Amino acid sequence: MALDGHIPSGPLAEKWEKHQFELKLVNPANKRKHNVIVVGTGLAGASAAATLAELGYNVLSFCLQDSPRRAHSIAAQGGINAAKNYQNDGDSIYRLFYDTIKGGDYRAREANVYRLAQISSHIIDQCAAQGVPFAREYGGTLANRSFGGAQVSRTFYARGQTGQQLLLGAYSALMRQVEIGKVTLLPRREMLELVMVDDKARGIVVRNLISGEMERYVADAVIIATGGYGNAFFLSTNAKACNVTATWRAHRKGAFFANPSFTQIHPTCIPVSGNYQSKLTLMSESLRNDGRVWVPKVQKDQRAPEQIPADERDYYLERRYPSFGNLVPRDVASRAAKAVCDEGRGVGSSGRAVYLDFADAIKRDGEHVISQKYGNLFDMYQEITNENPYQTPMRIYPAVHYTMGGLWVDYNLMSNLPGLFVLGEANFSDHGANRLGASALMQGLADGYFVIPYTIGGYIAANAADDVGTDHPAFDQAEQAATERIDKLLAIKGKRTVDDFHRELGLLLWDHCGMARNAEGLSSAKQKVREIREEFWQNVTVAGTAGEFNQVLERAGRVADFMEFAELMIDDAYERNESCGGHFREEYQTEEGEARRNDDDFTYVSAWEFQGVGTDPTLHKEELVFENVHLTQRSYK
Amino acid sequence: MTEEQSRRKRDAGQSDCLSFTISIWRQQGLNDKGQMVSYPLKRVRPEMSFLEMLDVLNGELERKGEELPISFDSDCREGICGMCGLVINGVAHGPGHGTTTCQLYMRSFADGSTITIEPWRAAAFPVIKDLVVDRSAFDRIIQAGGYASINSGSAPDANSMLISQELASEAFDAAACIGCGACVASCKNASAMLFVSAKVKHLNILPQGQPERHKRTVAMVEAMQQEGFGNCTNEYECEAVCPKEIAVEHISFLNREYLKAKVAGK
Ligand SMILES: Cc1cc2nc3c(=O)[nH]c(=O)nc-3n(C[C@H](O)[C@H](O)[C@H](O)COP(=O)(O)OP(=O)(O)OC[C@H]3O[C@@H](n4cnc5c(N)ncnc54)[C@H](O)[C@@H]3O)c2cc1C
Ligand code: SF4
Ligand code: FES
Repeated sequence: MALDGHIPSGPLAEKWEKHQFELKLVNPANKRKHNVIVVGTGLAGASAAATLAELGYNVLSFCLQDSPRRAHSIAAQGGINAAKNYQNDGDSIYRLFYDTIKGGDYRAREANVYRLAQISSHIIDQCAAQGVPFAREYGGTLANRSFGGAQVSRTFYARGQTGQQLLLGAYSALMRQVEIGKVTLLPRREMLELVMVDDKARGIVVRNLISGEMERYVADAVIIATGGYGNAFFLSTNAKACNVTATWRAHRKGAFFANPSFTQIHPTCIPVSGNYQSKLTLMSESLRNDGRVWVPKVQKDQRAPEQIPADERDYYLERRYPSFGNLVPRDVASRAAKAVCDEGRGVGSSGRAVYLDFADAIKRDGEHVISQKYGNLFDMYQEITNENPYQTPMRIYPAVHYTMGGLWVDYNLMSNLPGLFVLGEANFSDHGANRLGASALMQGLADGYFVIPYTIGGYIAANAADDVGTDHPAFDQAEQAATERIDKLLAIKGKRTVDDFHRELGLLLWDHCGMARNAEGLSSAKQKVREIREEFWQNVTVAGTAGEFNQVLERAGRVADFMEFAELMIDDAYERNESCGGHFREEYQTEEGEARRNDDDFTYVSAWEFQGVGTDPTLHKEELVFENVHLTQRSYK
Repeated sequence: MTEEQSRRKRDAGQSDCLSFTISIWRQQGLNDKGQMVSYPLKRVRPEMSFLEMLDVLNGELERKGEELPISFDSDCREGICGMCGLVINGVAHGPGHGTTTCQLYMRSFADGSTITIEPWRAAAFPVIKDLVVDRSAFDRIIQAGGYASINSGSAPDANSMLISQELASEAFDAAACIGCGACVASCKNASAMLFVSAKVKHLNILPQGQPERHKRTVAMVEAMQQEGFGNCTNEYECEAVCPKEIAVEHISFLNREYLKAKVAGK
């Protein structure tokens, strides 16, 4: 089946406005007759829930944490992009669009990305009006910085806590609607099933994480904004609760999963130090503006970094990419770090780390200036590693950070299931095979504040929802499926812990479906995933009962879904016989070791249809048509 | 041990292991009385985080299968989401300064010592299970007025409102609150004044917050009182444990704002 992205016709710059005009409107007085479920309260979910409530819809808002304010978006550090061109340095909507398409290695939809760039400016206006304390210039205007290798300064930021401040803004808008009575908050709830009635998404079944009871909710449409699935790898920079469960459950009900293997591995994270470790910590990318990345020229050099003279160091990014140097995009920087460590030139106890050195910057600008810029990051590094980065180089290594893949959506952000919309990191839409820094926050808020309010109206206006109650048989079936799964997990009473299985799965994915992949490794990993999954269902131990607050059970359910999902990730990586963005297939590289895309055969989105656990999924292709941008080989030399 | 020595040692993979007696509050649910229970724990690495230490202990309990693992909240594990929060050796968020529970490392504890771990204790934060409490009272306080009312799409250009660096920075200092509740847990009156004052300060000093300034102040203070938090009697314990170093000066700011609002007849 060829997939239709429902991209409006007409010139690129006019598509969105034309589409907004063509979408049917819901009569303002009728909006209060419509209910919308929003799963997730990160930037995407909170902004969507608040905005839909402002418009008059009745919104049910769900999240895992005890408060919507704690969604994983809170952890974003660096900033948010917008094509404001406040700096007068040559930025424009078109440039942001172009950079995003190119950065994504030409595997994203032109129309969606252009719309994102158009909307970006309004996001900043909205957030500033909410009271987000963005960084300012002396004159009181908003400050910008260049981020993630962009050639212009278009990143807005609030110290190193941009995500926190943006999320608190969205959360405050959400709480205002709670007070008005348009939003009902349902925290500590986990979506376990999507409910389809007459082929339309009409509700969800959730587990109340406090009481353990199953609860049913019905609505005219369901929005999933549950974030990314980077925790499939166990170790990642994501918060502990990040999961694939909501999207995977929707996938099992027929929603296509797009580009599941497109994972972003962030180059600057604190390296793994032990097998007890529960997560990895990101060191903001902004550090690469002043830090120089290097390893010793020779293998297994045991000297302290300070004792290695300059001519015995390999500043490999500066050497390989003279024009971008330390500022090459994330995927390129990560692979280069892996390459030098594979050669045996990595540093630290594990040999899987490289230096990020500020000595030159401190000599040039003084410790004071560097501390002003990065003080909190340096403190954080020291807190975790007990080392002082002012005196000795940081040690960093790439870690799983973001997932470009997600549920397939059309231009309206609706999945192939009518009435199921997907926003934020949970969808696949805008970042192609590699996301640029500071663009996820932009996308989440664009989706929630400015896209979904229009497109969901178009859907609701055109689809009169039948009167369905939570006693409908589809709800019975969904609840029964969720309950049975939980009972099964509790009944196994095996020997290995949930985390133990999760770590094993994560390591397998990291080794074979991480920074570099090849057909042989992927085939063996697929087999291995099946074995781990089988053992999981026979030998996992899940303490406690279903009818109580039970964190082990929560984790077990999520890991069970990761076990199924991992196979799809591997299938996707196997099928794509090219290298693009974060997807690096070792068979497809240039002589210099750079990624080799294959535009003739792979300029499409892979959208997978579920066929059952252990049965190969069906691939549907959405051909990507580039009418405005000319496809070139990305080069940062 | 100097930093350099410890680094060398760790690089060589030979950091020493520590042993502790972990004394933890166990409580089945709201209606259970609860009690402290002790667990010996060996082979703790100094570079483990405090929560990773609890993960290890839970792993042991899960494998033994005699007792339920310990429930505790956490999510980001990097000090920003506000989900974690334990009273460690009597101190909210433990011995670190300006850090959350998840940012604490085992190297901060003496080998062989007993570590006591309890939940936040406050009438307004009922215990759900073990170390997990219900902090939804904080959400209801924000709901009462912790926002600038502006609908999506109606904002003017961001640069049409100039805000000095100093003001933006002052607002940021207050806005940095992560809503963890340590201030309440550390206060003998279980007062939420530091939390409320931080939000009021953030919005009330910015131009965006002016239209609803008085209304917000009164509504949030009243919501706080309704939730059963105690009064502030200037104990300053809150500031001492706050992971984001929110200053008690904000509380006097809040008191002044409240008076002003009352004078203005709100
Ligand atoms: C450390 C770090 C730093 C980052 N820095 C930046 C940056 O500087 N700039 C940038 O642009 N991007 C950054 N990113 C990426 C960006 O933060 C995320 O992509 C983005 O915040 C995701 O937002 P979201 O709304 O889609 O999902 P999230 O914020 O992840 O929210 C997911 C929501 O869904 C809920 N949920 C999940 N599963 C379920 C379920 N089954 N049932 C019910 N509820 C559920 C959760 O409770 C939560 O409320 C960073 C990411 C990390 C990890
Ligand atoms: S004021 Fe400090 S201690 Fe209180 S909730 Fe905020 S961050 Fe936590
Ligand atoms: S777990 Fe997020 S602040 Fe500690």
